[in-house]
Amino acid sequence: MLSEDEQGTTITIPPVTDTSLIDPGVLANVLSAALAHGGDMAEVFAEDSTSASAMLDDRRVEELSSGRSRGAGIRVVAGETTGFAHTSDLSEKGLLAAASAAASVARDGGGTARTVAMQLGPLAAHDRGDRTLPGSVSKSVKLDLLVRADEAARAAGGSISQVQVGCGDSRRRILIANSDGLLAEDDQVRTRFSVVCVANGDTGMQTGHESLARTEGYEIFERHNVEDIARTAAQRALAKLSARPAPSGEVPIVLAGGSGGILFHEACGHGLEADHILKDASVYTGKMGELVASPLVTLVDDGTVLGEWGNFAVDDEGRAPARNVLIENGVLTDYMWDWLRAHKEGRASSGNGRRQSYKHLPMVRMTNTYLLAGRENADEIVAQTPTGVYVSKLGGGQVNTTTGDFVFGTTEAYLIEDGHLTVPLRDANLIGNGPEVLRRIDAVADDFDMTPGTCGKDGQSVPVGCGQATLRITGVTLGGTA
Amino acid sequence: MELAAAVVGQARPGEGMEVYVTRGTDNEVRAYDGAIESLTSADSAGVGIRVVLDGPDGEGSRLGFAWAGSLDPDVVQAALGDARDNARYATPDPDVVLAEPDGFAPVEQDLWDDGVITTPLEDKIALALELERATRGADRRVRQVSSADYSDGRVEVALASTTGIRSTARRTTAFLSVDAIAGEGADSQTGTGFSVGRSPTSLDPDEAKDDAVLRATRLLGAQKARSGRCTVVFDPRVVSTLLSVVASALSGEAVVKGRSFFAGRVGETVANAAVTLTDDPTDSRAFSASAYDGEGLACRRNVLISDGVLRMFVYDTVSARRAQTRSTGSAVRGGFSGTPSAGCRALVLSPGQMGADDILEMVGDGLYVQSVTGMHSGVNPVSGDFSVGAEGLMIRGGSLAEPVREVTVASSLQRMLQSIVGIGADLRWLPGVAAGQTLAIADMQLSGD
Repeated sequence: MLSEDEQGTTITIPPVTDTSLIDPGVLANVLSAALAHGGDMAEVFAEDSTSASAMLDDRRVEELSSGRSRGAGIRVVAGETTGFAHTSDLSEKGLLAAASAAASVARDGGGTARTVAMQLGPLAAHDRGDRTLPGSVSKSVKLDLLVRADEAARAAGGSISQVQVGCGDSRRRILIANSDGLLAEDDQVRTRFSVVCVANGDTGMQTGHESLARTEGYEIFERHNVEDIARTAAQRALAKLSARPAPSGEVPIVLAGGSGGILFHEACGHGLEADHILKDASVYTGKMGELVASPLVTLVDDGTVLGEWGNFAVDDEGRAPARNVLIENGVLTDYMWDWLRAHKEGRASSGNGRRQSYKHLPMVRMTNTYLLAGRENADEIVAQTPTGVYVSKLGGGQVNTTTGDFVFGTTEAYLIEDGHLTVPLRDANLIGNGPEVLRRIDAVADDFDMTPGTCGKDGQSVPVGCGQATLRITGVTLGGTA
Repeated sequence: MELAAAVVGQARPGEGMEVYVTRGTDNEVRAYDGAIESLTSADSAGVGIRVVLDGPDGEGSRLGFAWAGSLDPDVVQAALGDARDNARYATPDPDVVLAEPDGFAPVEQDLWDDGVITTPLEDKIALALELERATRGADRRVRQVSSADYSDGRVEVALASTTGIRSTARRTTAFLSVDAIAGEGADSQTGTGFSVGRSPTSLDPDEAKDDAVLRATRLLGAQKARSGRCTVVFDPRVVSTLLSVVASALSGEAVVKGRSFFAGRVGETVANAAVTLTDDPTDSRAFSASAYDGEGLACRRNVLISDGVLRMFVYDTVSARRAQTRSTGSAVRGGFSGTPSAGCRALVLSPGQMGADDILEMVGDGLYVQSVTGMHSGVNPVSGDFSVGAEGLMIRGGSLAEPVREVTVASSLQRMLQSIVGIGADLRWLPGVAAGQTLAIADMQLSGD
């Protein structure tokens, strides 16, 4: 909880249209200039983002940082070609210069110039309630959170030798206008808190990590206790001090609910992005309507889940997010689409067009990707697993969409012997092939939970959510040393 | 430099200030299926300001930072105000100071090639299109080229501080890369190739094409391998990535904060006696060569491990004070939005005598790894635990044999350094913080079937 006297004022955000980043008249001029040589579509993406972070490390508040980034990216699509230019100058002059640079791709296209009339459409309904904006929270309140977490982590055990606590927030206002007459805005506030602990023992050092990240303001700390986050991180590091090397070879794996739905993010999420599909660079190309996973698997990508890390009111192409069912009872039902790939296929975007900043072109990205919960009991699943490995926390992962081969790392795992968790295991990567692993899921429990993550693709990072309930995979290769 | 010095000129009495300004231009062309898929051009600029204030009662200093992605005077002024305000909240610390000129002369380097500017855009587009066309036609098994990219950039950096630092640097880069997909029956495999230089004219499209095609085609038919212990030979590109992880454990900052498995081991044997590892940003062949570090001090050649013995760590100003030593000119920063920290820039493992083929012959039987995945999820530079996904080819009778995929190789970084049994002479300068050459490491755990 935030203390009473220093608690930030809760502000109801005024309608963002009152503070448009660019005047609609200017937008129309810029879009017309962008299509001066022809082209199928022109788009202005303007962004004004502020961010702040504070880091406590080695018992000291080492660094408070704040930043501001403001600019616009202009895209012109002419046939198969996209021209893109960005500028930090939001004046009409600056925008026209960028539009001219982006339009150069259409120069030889033989197209005809078009004028664009902007029509302000109704904003998508997206009630976020009252948010405590980062800018309204005093720095000493943020530092108090760090100090409390540091103390809680160190109190968790004498072997905790180092604690690093970070708190960060961002407010990202975006405006998207395109030559189809679309005009959309969003005001995205994100807040994150993370703790990394090092424990030092006879067998060397081990690390433990836990984080909280929400597309919300500082009101999240009224519901989440930073001491709990710190203790979880500390206990992960402490548990691993007695860890044994992980087994090597194929073993049954039980993934804890909310351990990091990264499994689905890597095993099939990326492979269901339409840019990979259209280039025949995904193992899921041409598999629509086929059984690609165990019938227990219903996978959804859903940007509408309020407050989750991959949530927004409009995507970075101005489209409202949707709940898209990708795999239903094991059958592939849809891919994820941005404007460009949907346009090529003559269909609508699924609200998955995202970009890191105004300096980047949008592409197909996941939002919150999760497996629907099943009906079994999580403890029963473990009890019915004679031998295997129980993974209570996953780290990152990586996939080759063309082959479907993917890895994901464990950061907290235990051996399962006779249906019981026994010794903790050192960190290792798991490796598998997406379609194969998805077929090997033979149990899904009812204890669904989500975790935040940062997804990197083609050099761009965006916040995403991942979710799943406890589940068992009958065999995955674990890359340990034992 | 004028802007950086002008902002520093606003420092109040008793206030320390450092201003880092960058300005750059980037271009990128992506070719696909005989056409330009995207063409991007962009100018960008930004400023990062660090302010150091005396703490109350002389208990040390406090540092605040702010950045802005713009050089507009009002935005820069706002960042300065933010940095000052941020400094008020930091914990006072006697080790928090700005770098001071230390007398080391910078090794001036020619990292700028006007070719990036004078080459017409049409020629750059042609490079990407031709690379895509050539890769598609290089082998009948290449069924797709998912992207062929040309990109270049030029950046100018200036740094000024109240302690008297004034440094400027500029560099250009040019880059070609291609992703090939080879197919045979239902099997598909991928390979990436690239070429780097300081101008479009110094790039070698054949190098990129050949590498991508070889990597994709030779993996066709790859299967899982049987689990077991074996010697692993790593390709130079993988070795560069491996060294960049070792680099994070050689950062003096990680050491003073108890987050490196090398902490407290200076003077001890930490690697095979054949291992000499040097961080030398003054060698202009290195992709990330630089005359100055991220605090404006001269970069210098630092020998970190020689004959297998750990000699030193790399430090920036603050971590050096904490370790009661001097900066090694090793401050790195991630552009204008990042603060300096201690890190390696241009690691080189001293080459051995053997070529790649000699190393395969010496190893006899083992696994050749051409690429790894999960370096960020399976390698822990604090504990040293190492486990990565790998693909490559088995080594049988001293030669490359059948292809292998969906396996992991595992050990610990500590053990791997001790178990180096062959260092190639085939040093390659690669993008990133380390060069690479063929490297053989004994007794690693291969996990497959």
